[in-house]
Amino acid sequence: MLRINNFGTRKLIKDVCKQRYYSAAVPKPKTEHETKKEPKRENESFMANIFRGNLVSKQVFPYPDVLTEEQKEITNSLVDPFERFFTEVNDAAKSDANSKTDDSTLKSLWELGGMAIQVPNDYGGLGMNNTQYGRLCQIVGANDLGLGITLGAHQSIGFKGILLYGTQAQKDKYLPKVSTEEVYAAFALTEPSSGSDANSIRCRAVKSADNKYYVLNGSKIWISNGGIAEIMTVFAQTEQIDKKTGEKKDKVTAFIVERSFGGVTSGPPEKKMGIKSSNTAEVYFEDVKIPIENVLGEEGEGFKVAMNILNNGRFGMGATLSGTMKKCIEIATAHANNRVQFGQKLKAYASIQAKLAQMNILQYATESMAFAISQNMDAGSQDYHLEAAISKVYASECAWYVCDEAIQILGGMGFMRDTGLERVMRDLRIFRIFEGTNDILRLFVALSGVQYAGNHLKELQRAFKNPSANLGFIFKEASRRGTDLSAHVVPELMESAKKTAACIDLFGRTTEEVLLKHNKNIIHEQLILNNLADAAIDIYAMVVTQSRSSRASKLNLPTAQHEINLTKALATQASDRVMDNLKKTTSGQQQGQNKLLSVIAQEICNQDGVHTTGPLDQQ
Amino acid sequence: MARVLVGVKRVIDYAVKVRVKPEKNGVVTQGVKHSMNPFDEIAVEEAVKLKEKKLASEIIAVSVGPTQSQEVIRTALAMGADRGVHVEVSAAEYELLQPLHVSKILAKLALDEKADLVILGKQAIDDDANQTAQMTAAVLDWPQGTFCNKVEKTDAGLTIVREIDGGLETIKTKMPAVLSADLRLNTPRYATLPNIMKAKKKPLKKMTPKDLGVDTTPRIEVVSVEDPPVRQAGATVADVDALVAKLKEGGHI
Repeated sequence: MLRINNFGTRKLIKDVCKQRYYSAAVPKPKTEHETKKEPKRENESFMANIFRGNLVSKQVFPYPDVLTEEQKEITNSLVDPFERFFTEVNDAAKSDANSKTDDSTLKSLWELGGMAIQVPNDYGGLGMNNTQYGRLCQIVGANDLGLGITLGAHQSIGFKGILLYGTQAQKDKYLPKVSTEEVYAAFALTEPSSGSDANSIRCRAVKSADNKYYVLNGSKIWISNGGIAEIMTVFAQTEQIDKKTGEKKDKVTAFIVERSFGGVTSGPPEKKMGIKSSNTAEVYFEDVKIPIENVLGEEGEGFKVAMNILNNGRFGMGATLSGTMKKCIEIATAHANNRVQFGQKLKAYASIQAKLAQMNILQYATESMAFAISQNMDAGSQDYHLEAAISKVYASECAWYVCDEAIQILGGMGFMRDTGLERVMRDLRIFRIFEGTNDILRLFVALSGVQYAGNHLKELQRAFKNPSANLGFIFKEASRRGTDLSAHVVPELMESAKKTAACIDLFGRTTEEVLLKHNKNIIHEQLILNNLADAAIDIYAMVVTQSRSSRASKLNLPTAQHEINLTKALATQASDRVMDNLKKTTSGQQQGQNKLLSVIAQEICNQDGVHTTGPLDQQ
Repeated sequence: MARVLVGVKRVIDYAVKVRVKPEKNGVVTQGVKHSMNPFDEIAVEEAVKLKEKKLASEIIAVSVGPTQSQEVIRTALAMGADRGVHVEVSAAEYELLQPLHVSKILAKLALDEKADLVILGKQAIDDDANQTAQMTAAVLDWPQGTFCNKVEKTDAGLTIVREIDGGLETIKTKMPAVLSADLRLNTPRYATLPNIMKAKKKPLKKMTPKDLGVDTTPRIEVVSVEDPPVRQAGATVADVDALVAKLKEGGHI
């Protein structure tokens, strides 16, 4: 049964919308205003819909398969030559040691066409779609994450804005340069005082009196390719006049800035823990004159531009890291197959077996997510932001785990530089931090979902005010619960699908419950939001793997049984975790625990660190 | 300006560990990575270089083999060949196809295509025959320059530096000629991704040995294919005297 109370839901929605966005790299939740403007379009996101207990299966079942035979053939014909570049020309270990990729190697990557994979052919690029790009990203991930950053900062975010928002003139001018003329691009959003909270940037651009150019001042930090880029997508505050009220207000605008405009300088390469071969630097802007035609997108719409660029590129991280994990598993497997201890090969021991199995389960789920999302994007979906955020969090955490376990299987050998895993571990650390920290993305997933559910509750509430007129809607709502996935999976996965369906049901009910309980204050319940996000992530992992392995089974692929096994194992562990996380959101015991943690943290902060008496300290 | 014919063979990739089929009638090829014979890559590179120096007008890449052979023709096209010819031989027949058959096919094609130069790899890394270039020259009755280390166009023809045992030999030949590429002739370029995509649009003609009037009926039979013998375990000896004694015992000294 639905429980509706009369207070709060309406206000909650307003408050969620008014709330300052939490973050960098997090898309702005749609405001009520915007929703009204557009003709009503059903949100097709599987994940958004399960927040309201609704099953919209289009994006996940059956597993998307959007490439034409020709596209598949082209992609596969590029795999070998691209791999060959990494195994025969590039030397990841050397680049890591030098904190720089050799110029000759970079030159051959440019010549190879690897710097403009998604730029249309007419501008000199390869014209690949997201899914094809993802396949190549896997090769990058398996071989050199540092070079992957150089490559990704350039095309996944550096000039992506020109592809997405550029005018014809901007495309004609810049795309050939960044595709074939060896001109690097960068994306400059982060500032010293503005990390996760991207809307608070301080760079400022002032329009000239004759309206012909902007003058940009300010600085950016930790900009990938910042020291080498000639062309940058830069975000700065600009004064905008509200068309309705005439009020002057600061709003972010995106610009295409060339180093050659003058006044653009950059700092020395930062010394980093990993991804060392990529260039990271501060970039300074001093009275940089930007012609007005270099505004990217609408003036004052820069925040949206930034978020869409990041959203659009986020799936690539999942694809990249699925390649990294695959490589880690290969290295670990080779060791387990050959190393003999206590008279047996490591592969004979159950604890090693469990590790290898777990590593493959996570790799399979990560890869399934990445290519479900990329293919939905290629099919024209607009509703992939939640899934993309989930896949980024999942991929970066699984990759860390998988690399860590690979090192563990290799023991002391894994700790040695020559094995190649130590570098990967250092490289991987940043993936949980950049392009939207996992903490912020978890909040984004939960808050966007909760908001979507809240909107729906509000509609329902209205319907109840005039039940006779809205009976159909109410009945539909009342009969909605009771998710059944059995039609979407092969018989062998029935049990897993049942577990998942139970999770989805409880997930919808729990979201409703916490919404009704906390109202607008849900925004401040970060730990509850984290629980919801973790449950959402696990549900998505279960669903995409069930979908993918069902496809494998239906196509009679030689690997089908193995994939089914991975899927089943994942469903068992993930569904347990989902139930646990969902229970925590409402359990009194957990709330007590959360409060206790908060008290402890406050003490730590008040005392500037650990404040306990050491066992040997004088009483 | 010369028209150049290059031969490209699809072989099991050099990095793959070759396994013998349980039936002992060949090696496992199914699901095994294949690529262009490395010496053929060198041959293609040399042809492309000639074209870049405006010494060649057109490069035709030829492969004899099953349908999948087209992959290596595409690679050659991506590296810079202008068009391809695939002489299709069924997979079963291909197992017993000999250098002599291929030589006859290449010779006929060289005449049909009015080639001035045939460049082949010195040998394929699968059967290591090292015969095709020589026999092609014989069938055509053209001069041959084998194991090329360096090829230069001169007024009269070609000046070729050959790799021979213990050194290099310089010879001069007239054109038309058949060349075979050795390892140090050049470093083959990588096919770039845009060129790989463009290569899909280059013309590729399909034909059969019959079209060329070449009889490829096998005249040999493979009796058995065996793995190389496994190296036998060694033993350590206590000192030099023991070693010498052992060697004497074994009749080695």
